[in-house]
Amino acid sequence: MTLEQIRNNPRLQLVLGLLSGIVFGFLLQKGGVTDYDVIIGQLLLTDFTVVKVMLSAVLVGMIGIYALKGAGVVSLHCRGGSVGATVIGGLVFGAGFALLGYCPGTAAGAIGTGAVDALVGGIGIVIGAALFARAYPYLDRMVLNRGAFPAETIPGLLAVRPGIVVVLVAIMITGILWGLAVFGL
Amino acid sequence: MFEWFSMAAWSPYIAGAGIGILIWTVFLLSDHPLGCSTGFSHTAGMVQCGISGNRAREMPYYRKFIPCIDWYWMLIIGVVIGAFLSSFLSGTLTIVTVPPIFAAAFGPDVVLRFAVALLGGILIGLGARWAGGCTSGHGISGTLQLSLASWVAAICFFAGGILVAGLLFGFRFP
Repeated sequence: MTLEQIRNNPRLQLVLGLLSGIVFGFLLQKGGVTDYDVIIGQLLLTDFTVVKVMLSAVLVGMIGIYALKGAGVVSLHCRGGSVGATVIGGLVFGAGFALLGYCPGTAAGAIGTGAVDALVGGIGIVIGAALFARAYPYLDRMVLNRGAFPAETIPGLLAVRPGIVVVLVAIMITGILWGLAVFGL
Repeated sequence: MFEWFSMAAWSPYIAGAGIGILIWTVFLLSDHPLGCSTGFSHTAGMVQCGISGNRAREMPYYRKFIPCIDWYWMLIIGVVIGAFLSSFLSGTLTIVTVPPIFAAAFGPDVVLRFAVALLGGILIGLGARWAGGCTSGHGISGTLQLSLASWVAAICFFAGGILVAGLLFGFRFP
């Protein structure tokens, strides 16, 4: 079976989605980030587990994805953003993140570990998504396209080769992780 | 091998690296990023279609993101199962209604915790679709592709989160 046939097989994709979710949920729980106290500890800057998990994922993921892209077997899927969509939406998300103490993925994981408040939060996320769908035509006209970003990617913004940015971001992430370890955070 | 699966926690670096490798496989086998908010949006759409039928199906947003059971919806089901398996194997599976840090700050009232969780969830659902992704879609899958919007979104998620958590619990750093 070629990659093309796997990607275009709807039934197989359902199985792959389920399997990816099982691995993702397993890793989130083992990493400690399905725990409310760990996530709130991150937002209070007293527990850096969330940052360690995310930056490790980005470091390993970035190097692999750019290597696979270089080999011509994967393509990037970046979308543009804007102040009206990305910044405002991001801040609304952040406020909810602090109130719920889980994000959509970790809320699903927390439900699996027995957190009933995460289930209530999950219902809230569905309601919030429904409210957005309802408000979308208005927001699309008035807010979402305000202040569009000048580029889709950081290499595009800086007009440099992606490989250079990959190396710089890898050094930056390693430095942050090293700094957290040195300061015992 | 089994001891590894039954450990209560792994190093966050190992768990994170595992998520990075998982994302390679998703790009290879499914040709899209890994994101969790799409599955919640599909659920909202399917519930609305169940209630009001064609009127919901014809909403502009659901014409763009067609609500259905697809890879993204199955991902959420998988996350629940994966985290259940992990906590079951390590013996940490417990029913919690009010988490310790919340109880220490606001008391053990379940109704208050559920009300705050519901409000927080609504803002997350709204904000994630507004920004075009969540902590996994933008915060991990997008940033690792060096997407500009994803880096801005991730910074805003944490800026908003740190501000509101500080207002709720008191700023504790350093």
